[in-house]
Order: sequence, then structure tokens, then C-alpha cells
Amino acid sequence: MSIDKDKIKHISKLARISLDSKKSDSLAKDLSSIFKFIEQLNELNTDKVEPLSSIINSPLRSREDKIDDGKIRDKILENSPKKNEEFFVVPKVIE
Amino acid sequence: MSEVVNKNLSEIIELIKKKEIKSEELTNLYIDRANKSKKLNSYITTCFEYTTQKAKEFDKKPNFNSLLPGVPLAVKDLFCTNGFKTTAGSKMLENFVPKYESTVTENLWKEGAILLGKLNCDEYAMGSSNETSYFGNVINPIARDTVPGGSSGGSASALAADLTPATIGTDTGGSIRQPASFTGTVGLKPTYGLCSRWGIVAFASSLDQAGPMTKSVKDCSIMLEAMAGFDKKDSTSIDKKKENYSKNLKTNIKGIKIGIPKEYRVEKMPKEIDELWNKGKSILKDLGADIVDISLPHTKYALPTYYIVAPAEASSNLARYDGVKYGYRSSRGNDLIEMYENTRSEGFGDEVKRRILIGTYVLSSGYYDAYYLKAQKVRQLIKKDFDENFGKVDAILTPSTPSSAFKIGEKTDNPISMYLNDIFTVPVNLAGLPAISIPAGLDKKGYPLGLQLIGKTLDEQNILNVAYAFEKNCNFKNEIKNWWL
Repeated sequence: MSIDKDKIKHISKLARISLDSKKSDSLAKDLSSIFKFIEQLNELNTDKVEPLSSIINSPLRSREDKIDDGKIRDKILENSPKKNEEFFVVPKVIE
Repeated sequence: MSEVVNKNLSEIIELIKKKEIKSEELTNLYIDRANKSKKLNSYITTCFEYTTQKAKEFDKKPNFNSLLPGVPLAVKDLFCTNGFKTTAGSKMLENFVPKYESTVTENLWKEGAILLGKLNCDEYAMGSSNETSYFGNVINPIARDTVPGGSSGGSASALAADLTPATIGTDTGGSIRQPASFTGTVGLKPTYGLCSRWGIVAFASSLDQAGPMTKSVKDCSIMLEAMAGFDKKDSTSIDKKKENYSKNLKTNIKGIKIGIPKEYRVEKMPKEIDELWNKGKSILKDLGADIVDISLPHTKYALPTYYIVAPAEASSNLARYDGVKYGYRSSRGNDLIEMYENTRSEGFGDEVKRRILIGTYVLSSGYYDAYYLKAQKVRQLIKKDFDENFGKVDAILTPSTPSSAFKIGEKTDNPISMYLNDIFTVPVNLAGLPAISIPAGLDKKGYPLGLQLIGKTLDEQNILNVAYAFEKNCNFKNEIKNWWL
């Protein structure tokens, strides 16, 4: 499949990555060639094949439903680009 | 004393145990060499003051019963290290200082190793040449202007240049084995679930595995023993007893069946690689192994499958980088959404963006079945190929890479030609199997070439044994001329 600029615009919106026009052009070109490569898979008939989502056979372990915050709130906040006391700060969301 | 840095990890451990060298002296040798080797750009961050202090503490109260007593080690900058910057090779994490330690590195420190610093890598481990790192290209000590491979390029370069006695990397599609092959070193990707993924910056969670990179097979067994083990913090960690890989290492491989898959003889593969593969076969045959021709019919579909599965998982994993809780935040944008979009646009490099967009697309409404589900089905067929053959053979021998190390810039314009580097390594990740790359020869230019041994699930000991026997009979010698010093 060839990927055009409109499609790139749509996907980049979904992925929350802003792109200028030049970048969109080069990505459209790259992704078109990558999808052409990927689409070799269509040569295979997989109608009767079960999808493999994990190579670990056993079901994922679950843990006890007990809260453990590690008591490292302040340490975690140290890495925040912007904070106010014990809160992460983001641009205004509600008018 | 300067030749100590040329030694293998196992020899260095002996020197320490026999008290012929102190941890502090050893540490100073590596620090000195790192300071003279900045041209290689192997390191992103060093923590030499910390290393020296820890080495002094070790020398005061040495514990020689651990696996890595007082051994200084540098690690790939994808492992979170408590209190030391962990960048994943990205502008996004340029100033990120984890408040916790990855399980794998914690295991190394518990065995007596000491952190030297963090090694360069492709951004978020996405790349095969270390050219996608925000912190610049890494040079392969084999030759000027040559890539060390990737994504664990800094690890491979530092190891081959004797800046660390051993190291660790991560391997999602070949990121340990390909750079090991390019630098004439040993690299092992363990069975999925053998080494904990906890505290490793995530790329593709169903494929990522940490593993050792070393100068010898014995070193590799020591490092694997130190790293591996069950971890309840990783929900896909395998709950099994620890194995003594180094103690159980043996060279007798008589009667072992080695499969040679015909599909790995790809078009346009250099003659030298084919010859190397034949040389590998005859060495193993002379050691008493049975060589068996096998077929893995879906091999050619592994790379296209990988380029759906890995970007899909990456797009989901990398959604967390939003400029709010940690990492880079753009100063541009009038509202929250614009802040997100600008942060991710400015914080991620081109290859990472490319893969996030591929992943977003294949998971998007209306395309999921055609791409992601299709890829999961082909992944099943690829795994089945291996399952069926592992009834007949004990291990599989293939080349590690379709070429030797290439020049910086040679493949950056064409993503597909870059992706083709991983053609022999990717199937192993899709099937979750262990595989080791061992140096096997030099090409016309004098650049190293590796061979890959693929094993059954959790059969690391067996491929280590075959590799050990191979190494003893191959007489490979790396030709590194210290030109950068």
C-alpha cells in the first residue's frame, strides 16, 4: 500500500507527534516502501493459523490486590519537568 | 600492567581472587583507557568517582566468593541505574535519573560488579548501526568510520576496545548478536523470560531480552549466570532454578545434532559468509557433531512480521512519553494536546518516529486484522518451523549477519537496507529462543564475521557448550590496532 501525506497526517495525530510538511513527505516515502516490504506476508494463507501473541505458554501471573506505592512519591516527582508541591503540572485543560 | 585490560573477564576474576590485582587498580586501568578513548564515543555517561569509591570499599572488605568480585563493568544505557542518568540514547530522556535499579543490573552488583558508566546505543534500541543515538555515532574499534552495529553499539565498541571486561546489552531483533558479530565478540540473547525485563527501557515487550556481551564463551557463561533469574516484578519472567552455566561448561559435543537451515542461504550473500558457514560446519563435524540439513520454510517472512510486531508494541510502550511525569517537555504549545505533540516531535528522533507511526497505523481501526493479526499468525508459523526441527536437531548453525561492519552513513538513507541486517537474528526473537553469536573469522578487509548457534527453549547450556568447543578449535583472533589512542 502506498501511504500518502493525508494518511501520515491522520496517523501522526493518533500518535500525538506533530510533523511539518517536509517531514510528512519523507515519512510518506519511507512508510510506503516499508509497507510494500511488509505486505509480502499476503503471499501466505493463514486462514487456519492461530495467532501467537506471547511465547510464554502459561497465563500471566497475578499478584495480590494490595496497594504498594513504594513510598517514593517525592523521588518520582523529582523527575517531573514541571511540578507544584505534590502535583504534576500541565497546561490548562479546563477554561 | 596496562595489558590487564586486554584480558578476558574470567582471567581478570582470577587475578582478583589471587590478589594479584586490587579492584581499585583494575578500575583505574579502565578509567584511564576510557579517558583516552573518547573518540569512539562508546560512553554516554561515566560515573568514575563512584566506581573508584566502590572499588576501594571492595578492597577493604573483599568477598571473593561472588561471581564478579570487584569487577568494574559498563552497561548499555537502556538499563535503569538508581541515581545515574539513563537516556536510552534519546533526547527524550537526556536528563532522566531513575530512582530504582533494573533487576538485571542489581543482580550484577549483588555478584560484586561495580558500575563504570552507561554505554551508547541506538535511540530506544531502534537501529542496527548505533546511528540513531541522540548522543552521536559510535565508532567500531575495528576501523575508523565503521559502525559497531546496533542497537547495543556502545556496548560492543567498549568491549572490543577493552574499556570494560564484559558488558550487557538488550536484543529485540538482533541488537546483541549483530554488534557482537561486527566487533569480533561473543553475544548471547537468552530465552525470552530468562532475564528480567524489569527496569529496562521498553521497546517491544514480547521480544526484548537482556543478555551478556563478552570476549569469550566462558565469560559469557559467567555473565549469564550472574544476570539470569526469576523476578516477580516481571510478569513474563520464567520461574526456574538458577543454573551454573560456567561450572557446567564442557567441550565434548560428540553426537550432538546441528541443523543447517537452507533458507539462510540468502540472495546476494557475500561468498565470504558462505565460506565461513562451511568452515563452521566442518569444525563442528570434526568435533564429532552430526550435521543435518533442515528447512525453516517461513524464514523469509520473519523480517516483515517483525516490522509489524515490534513497531506495534513500541508505539504502545512509547505512548508514556508525554512530557508530564518525566523526560523532555516542549516549551511550545497552547494547550495540553499541543504540548504532547510538540514534546514528542522534538523529543524523538527520526527512526523512533518512523516506528511509532508504523505501529500506530497497523494497530489503527480497520487495519488491525490485515497487519497485526496477520503478523501474529505468521509468527506462529515461524515458531512452528523451529519446534518441528528441534525434534530432529539439538542446535542450529547460521551466519549471524549478512555482511561485516559497514561504513557510517552507508545505509542511513534506506530503512529497508538497514533492516535487512537483522535477517538472520530476527526469527529467534519471534520464537523466543536462545541464540549466541561467536566470532568465526575475518573477511578480506580484516573485519570480523560471526556465526550464530540457535538453541531450544532454556537450552542455553547446550549452545554455550557447542560455542565453547567451537571457540577452542576456531583460533579466531581479533585484529584491533588501537589506532584511536
